[in-house]
Amino acid sequence: MDLDIDAESVAFRDEVREWLAAHVPTLPSMDTAEGFAAHREWEAQLADARLSVVSWPREYGGRDASLLQWVLFEEEYYAARAPGRVSQNGIFMLGPTLFAHGTQEQRDRILPAMARGEQVWAQAWSEPEAGSDIAALRSSAVRTEGGWLLSGQKTWSSRAAFADRAFGLFRTDPGERRHRGLTYLMFDLRAEGVTVRPIPQLDGEPGFAEIFLDNVFVPDADVIGEPGQGWRVAMTTANNERGLSLRSPGRFLAAANRLVDLWRSAGEPAASRDRVADAWIGARAYQLYTFGTVSRLAEGGELGPESSVNKLFWSHLDLGLHDTALDILGPHAETDRAWVEGYLFSLAGPIYGGTDQIQRNTIAERLLGLPKEARR
Amino acid sequence: MRFALSAEHRDFATSLHAYLAGADTPGAARAWAHGRHEPGLKVLRGLAELGVPALLIDEAHGGLGAGPVDLVVAFEALGYHAVPGPLVETAAVAPAALTGAAAERWLPSLAAGEAFATVPVPLALDADIAAVVVGAEVVGQPELVRSIDPTRRLFRVDAPPLTGGRAFDLGVLAVAAQLLGAGRWLLDAAVAYAKQRSQYDRLIGEYQAIRHLLADVVTHLELARPLVHAAAVTASPQDISAAKVKAGDAAYLAARTALQVHGAIGYTAGHDLGLRLTKVRALAGAWGDSGFHRERVLAR
Ligand SMILES: Cc1cc2nc3c(=O)[nH]c(=O)nc-3n(C[C@H](O)[C@H](O)[C@H](O)COP(=O)(O)OP(=O)(O)OC[C@H]3O[C@@H](n4cnc5c(N)ncnc54)[C@H](O)[C@@H]3O)c2cc1C
Repeated sequence: MDLDIDAESVAFRDEVREWLAAHVPTLPSMDTAEGFAAHREWEAQLADARLSVVSWPREYGGRDASLLQWVLFEEEYYAARAPGRVSQNGIFMLGPTLFAHGTQEQRDRILPAMARGEQVWAQAWSEPEAGSDIAALRSSAVRTEGGWLLSGQKTWSSRAAFADRAFGLFRTDPGERRHRGLTYLMFDLRAEGVTVRPIPQLDGEPGFAEIFLDNVFVPDADVIGEPGQGWRVAMTTANNERGLSLRSPGRFLAAANRLVDLWRSAGEPAASRDRVADAWIGARAYQLYTFGTVSRLAEGGELGPESSVNKLFWSHLDLGLHDTALDILGPHAETDRAWVEGYLFSLAGPIYGGTDQIQRNTIAERLLGLPKEARR
Repeated sequence: MRFALSAEHRDFATSLHAYLAGADTPGAARAWAHGRHEPGLKVLRGLAELGVPALLIDEAHGGLGAGPVDLVVAFEALGYHAVPGPLVETAAVAPAALTGAAAERWLPSLAAGEAFATVPVPLALDADIAAVVVGAEVVGQPELVRSIDPTRRLFRVDAPPLTGGRAFDLGVLAVAAQLLGAGRWLLDAAVAYAKQRSQYDRLIGEYQAIRHLLADVVTHLELARPLVHAAAVTASPQDISAAKVKAGDAAYLAARTALQVHGAIGYTAGHDLGLRLTKVRALAGAWGDSGFHRERVLAR
């Protein structure tokens, strides 16, 4: 058992650190039109340095980086306070789904533009009547010549206010219920019949949006996997969404270190000492847990229900960390932009990507083997 | 990087569990609490045959010359089975604390399981059966002090308390691993009970109120383990303190939850749950309380 990093990965990490130190910009919020455009440019700049999708194969702009190198990249990224990834839904969810279920044509057409931020993707998954219970979705896709016609309503779609395209599940067989008869489709947010209505989040900015679909045409080429098999394909995406939290150790350790600095500069107030220590301990635990997962996956293991353990842990860690920072800031808390933004974002952690309650159900059933709750 | 236990470590854990599961450790612990040492000493002799007290002792002194990772693997199993006795003191602390003539004199018999050591931190566990008190000339006539955990027989001894340094850190590390093991047992017991106890015509494990408590416990234990393992690898005081705090908190959450899930049956002296619950509570404060260790985590 060791925590040693091989020479090649150390060299890679050093390169990333150096590049970031020379290039990290300060950008306006990506939830504004201006900020969104600036973030696209940042994605292109990352892509030029072959740093936008390091774990992807070279032919799609990546470096074939190992899982460990990817984690190291993320640690450097957050330590350098580099901008949030406007392309993250595409890169971390749709990308892996296409690698697993897409056609060659789809990969060639979609991935390079995604990696460069030329095409930014939104996840159109939730619906007004389908939140935690995503299999209750109602939006439909009806067969037409050469493709499908989409109708219905999606909601809470992050970045959809300014994004280009979206991916989601549609009911293609109205006779089937729940997980059956669903198809995974991609569509253009500017296509005829699409209306995007931005929804302001707590900070007032349109961080997510509703999407109304009225007979929107989608060609057959934009179906991922087999029609009717959407649920199975979607589970890859869902695993990736939680697996995406693999990227967060860097985020939390960087934030925890900033919290310790904040506490120091505030004169080491005794009242918050324990919470500051616990935040740092939690972030370190999370980093090490990730190293364990990376080691296991490198030896052929698979990501199972422990991604729910991940999600449950980091969402609380993030919240506790930011709450503590605001408490230390006291009267200055409400006006400290950086900590306030981090705090507001952390509030959503226990909700998106599967709520705390859903993660606990998954852990109870799949990790602890407890009996399922009786369903009607 | 390979941050995972090796096959040898896993085999070692398996053999410890196999031995301890058949050794009636709860019976030994209860007898120990009443000062009847023989069943416990029998368990400890078995552990000596498996090499536990010899792990950190170098080969020149009859030990195995193994490392801290082996130590945490062992103490996780000891915590799981609630083994009584001064093993943290003997197997983790003494090999680093005893030097020179004291090492020559004591380490071979400690490695063989023929003698035990204890350490004032500030009270000394099982000083009445320990042949050597770290930091003291003679054992003398120690005074027994009652612990919340009856199996922890504590004594006031005439020696300066150990509060830092490599030997202390190894003790803390072993305690963290022990807490983790106790926590895991508490979780396993609660899960097993939730799958078997029915109320209102349902298994209680179907109720979300119960499921969600247990999901939180496994989450915290799963995240505490890598801290304990990393502390064994890096040996940094910061990681060791982090491991103690997190393992203590996770184990305590496991203890409180296990009690709640069991209901009144868990509150009885006859149930094995109590053996871990009181030990977890005791160890949370011993070997540096949480405040002390959080302080060390933040000291940079
Ligand atoms: C910031 C943010 C960004 C988001 N981005 C996207 C996005 O890009 N794309 C997208 O598709 N969606 C997105 N979402 C939506 C998110 O996935 C949903 O909010 C989430 O799945 C929960 O659904 P809901 O909000 O409808 O709550 P509901 O499912 O209605 O849940 C309400 C409450 O009931 C609880 N509950 C529900 N079912 C159970 C159960 N079986 N047991 C116990 N408790 C239960 C929940 O835990 C919650 O506390 C985003 C949400 C947020 C906050």
